[in-house]
Amino acid sequence: MSPPLKTLLIANRGEIAVRIIRAARELGIRTVAVFSEADKESLHVRMADEAVHVGPHQAAKSYLNAEAIIAAALATGSQAVHPGYGFLSENASFADAVRATGMVFVGPSGDAIRRMGDKASARQAAVRAGVPVVPGSDGLVDDLVAATREAARIGYPVMIKATAGGGGRGIRVCADEAALVQQWPMAQAEAKAAFGNGAAYLERFIGRARHIEVQILGDGQNAIHLFERECSLQRRRQKVWEEAPSPSIDGATRQALCESAVSLAKAVRYSGAGTLEFLYDDRSGEFFFIEMNTRIQVEHPITEAITGVDLVREMLMIAAGHPLRLRQSDIVCRGAAIEVRLNAEDPAKGFSPQLGRIEELVWPGGPGIRVDSMLYPGYTISPYYDSLLAKLIVFAESRDAALARLQGALGELKLGGLKATTASLHAALVRDEQVRHADYHTGFLEPWLLENASRLATATPELSS
Amino acid sequence: MAIHSILSPLPGTFYRRPAPDQPLYKKEGDQVQPDDVLGLIEVMKQFSEVTADVAGTLVKFHVDNDMPVDPGMPLADIDVA
Repeated sequence: MSPPLKTLLIANRGEIAVRIIRAARELGIRTVAVFSEADKESLHVRMADEAVHVGPHQAAKSYLNAEAIIAAALATGSQAVHPGYGFLSENASFADAVRATGMVFVGPSGDAIRRMGDKASARQAAVRAGVPVVPGSDGLVDDLVAATREAARIGYPVMIKATAGGGGRGIRVCADEAALVQQWPMAQAEAKAAFGNGAAYLERFIGRARHIEVQILGDGQNAIHLFERECSLQRRRQKVWEEAPSPSIDGATRQALCESAVSLAKAVRYSGAGTLEFLYDDRSGEFFFIEMNTRIQVEHPITEAITGVDLVREMLMIAAGHPLRLRQSDIVCRGAAIEVRLNAEDPAKGFSPQLGRIEELVWPGGPGIRVDSMLYPGYTISPYYDSLLAKLIVFAESRDAALARLQGALGELKLGGLKATTASLHAALVRDEQVRHADYHTGFLEPWLLENASRLATATPELSS
Repeated sequence: MAIHSILSPLPGTFYRRPAPDQPLYKKEGDQVQPDDVLGLIEVMKQFSEVTADVAGTLVKFHVDNDMPVDPGMPLADIDVA
């Protein structure tokens, strides 16, 4: 077993740095914060036992500056580095560089990050572990005969994807074989014109998908799951509202989904906390692995709420060399949790950034309420990093009770000093009938925002003062 | 000569290129039209274009690429004479 961790450097900022400091403090671990020129007055700097300036406001020169961060860790006698999420958290070379100095990287091996971080190799690992992936052609398809044969095997609707395509270019959706026969020559001509290559991939088109992800913990030998989260309410592929457990799957699907995540985690001998993301087609009941995040996630608190497990604490225990302290049978899913992201953006004005100094700050309280944030009265929002101000997490015995709790909590929240936040969006979402019935999918929120623009504008005054 | 100063409308990071591997939008000495883009300001990972607003000769940039700016800070001077 490795020696106990006495000092931990947190290579991050904002609410997640605060979250990690709290977990470390409870384990008796000294904490070292790093900060950029813009973050001298940040809460994580104030809370840590020690803080090191690692560069100017630009993230590329500070929070992404691996050399400066490793130098800070060594200079402060740190035995371990926790990367949080974003920044260097999924940078395999950083993980390797930290370990090369003899320190512990709180996360999986560089090789595991490389393997599971690359979509193609993660897909291969999933197929080998028997985990379903989005059905697709085995390599490139050259002609219509091969295309119809492959499409019949994959199952309609299928999507023709040009090889060099990206960002939706060169993609055509075919509902059935007649459509494929009609679309194929055009897709080929387009692909040839745009990319100089007429060959294409075929893949099942999942028109109405839910985003469901499974939380796992591994120690390199064994792995367990901590059930799933559903994050289907997204804007521009950014999660806005997350729930645990998923309100849309039954017990048998849950078991199959979670077991397949564990088998993949075990197959790659995963160590640390990780999340396997799946698309779930609620019409066919099928789920497909899409990718793995090899780090702690923003929405981890809803899993902590329904399981009672402190995921960051477990990450630190695993990093210190302890085998998993929990068995699968110890993990019980209880009640329902919802997290909403409070961002410094005005949902009534195209989510434009909102800057300012926090004046009045009143967090909601009472049973089943948790706020993870780096805000304090007098704090000035920095324009240089992302817009996440706080995560409001509610937990109750049932989803209905959690919705009621969320509605009440949003009413108590007072965030003075900013003209608007996404609290007004959440206040409208929590009252929406379709959201209340979890009748949503990953394509739900963007059209909803257009249809409900007027409600967002009027919801603002009662929530911010 | 009449100098028109372009002031930063926002706090954030000023960029003089559309992307790190692309050429500068404008150089000192260039002729500019009102709709020409001089740079970008990044605020919380969202980008806004800064336009010249007037026609003339761009005589000076006050802020380098990838530097922090505050609202009201002069970014560039355009000679409109």
